[in-house]
Amino acid sequence: MPFNLLKYGLGAEYPAEVDLPPPKELKSSYDVVIIGGGGHGVAIAYYLAKYHGITNVAVLEKSYLGGGNTARNTAVIRSNYLTSEGVKFYIESVKLFENLSNEFNFNIMYSERGQLTLAHTDATVRAFRQRAEVNKHFGGRTEMIDRQQIRELVPSLNLDPGHIPVLAGLWHMSGGTARHDAVAWGYAKEAAKRGVEIHQLTEVQDLVIENGAITAVKTNRGTIKCGCAVQAIAGASSLMLKKAGIRAPIQTFPLQAMVTQPFKPFLDPLVSSSALHCYVQQTSRGEVVFGGGSDPYPLYNTRSTLDLKESLLAHAIEMFPFLANAKLMRQWAGITDMTPDYSPIMGLSPVKNYYLDAGWGTWGFKATPIVGKTMAEMVATGKTPELIAPFALERFSRFIQVNEMGATAASH
Amino acid sequence: MKLLHCPLNGLRNISEFTYGGEFKRMPDPATCSDIEWADYVFNSDNEAGIVTEWWMHTPSSYWFLAERHTVTDEVIRTFDAREVFNARVDFAAREIAG
Repeated sequence: MPFNLLKYGLGAEYPAEVDLPPPKELKSSYDVVIIGGGGHGVAIAYYLAKYHGITNVAVLEKSYLGGGNTARNTAVIRSNYLTSEGVKFYIESVKLFENLSNEFNFNIMYSERGQLTLAHTDATVRAFRQRAEVNKHFGGRTEMIDRQQIRELVPSLNLDPGHIPVLAGLWHMSGGTARHDAVAWGYAKEAAKRGVEIHQLTEVQDLVIENGAITAVKTNRGTIKCGCAVQAIAGASSLMLKKAGIRAPIQTFPLQAMVTQPFKPFLDPLVSSSALHCYVQQTSRGEVVFGGGSDPYPLYNTRSTLDLKESLLAHAIEMFPFLANAKLMRQWAGITDMTPDYSPIMGLSPVKNYYLDAGWGTWGFKATPIVGKTMAEMVATGKTPELIAPFALERFSRFIQVNEMGATAASH
Repeated sequence: MKLLHCPLNGLRNISEFTYGGEFKRMPDPATCSDIEWADYVFNSDNEAGIVTEWWMHTPSSYWFLAERHTVTDEVIRTFDAREVFNARVDFAAREIAG
């Protein structure tokens, strides 16, 4: 990487690089159709091409590449979950993130800064102990820290907000961020290089299911046949599942976030507090990002509400009082497909050759690489990789949920 | 702030209410299969459109039903559950074998 950069910098001219090939006509048939051109969809396409030599693949995106919830999350990467299933899965994801820039020869701005979660009650301290131990057991870098250590890590943090003083913290050294758009762009670029077709402005409007198996998808640009299809969408999982005739335990909520004007660097780790329903991070360009829990009731709309914004900011200011004078630059909402156990729904479905990558609630971006890798393996081999077997849709009818209370917004 | 019309207490701030989930009919736990019970407990229609759902006015613990559009967030109407439940539901405890 550094040598390439040097060569490029000293070169007489800067060669223009084509990111994505120009759009083509849809073919009449593909081996694999991936519904949804977000981070997950293009990651699945990339690993299909890279590890399994399957390149007759179309990624169909109704809007533009990575323009849905890939662009709306707050770009947090971490693996300090509570369940063994969750921890194993997200640890692999973090490992893949660490090397993505090199793999793509394209900077995804991955930055490991650690994530600090605050405990304000004895119950949370106990839960954190458990999370720290589960994490360490599976090779994660997570430990409990006390008030003095928190003070040293984040000097600007108010350790006594209102009626709930900070008792301890869960310090997760592998926590970090990456530029979410760049992750989707990097995967798309490398997948396209290997022959995958990425079709933007191509909406899947219906699914053709014959004798219990998917045979084609109907789009606004015509019907295309497919050997198999992967549903890799977020924010409308249920609507696509309905087209496949599948019932699932997903409810769709908005999650509101916002960002301030840029400040000098003052906050290295990501800081979150479940008692205050708030997480705060400073981006590499200095802006402070605030995110909270999902809205209190379901909605398919990215509208914002003043009451949620007010309560989120009130809590953020309790944590960092000097931000009371900060000006907000932008605010937005993402759409989260929440499941009752805060774990995703991945794997086989009741429809033959139709694979599910759904129910990504507040844990989707950080899973992008490992989703791509495991779903690609599943599509190529037809077998469920061990890592994602616990996330099968049938866990609900068999009453073996993966109760992931380490998820953001798991306070509902 | 968004307002919600409570059939008992009138027009109130939406922060006074708690969302209670989709309205669905409970299958008879004594006769339904595990699959039917799991479907009732976990699965959601999660429609993008007009849905009927439970809400509670939190300070008065009063449960009622609302018709709401889940794309526009417009509440079409709220009504007392007696409109739907016009007969007594019997939850008599059954003896479990063994």
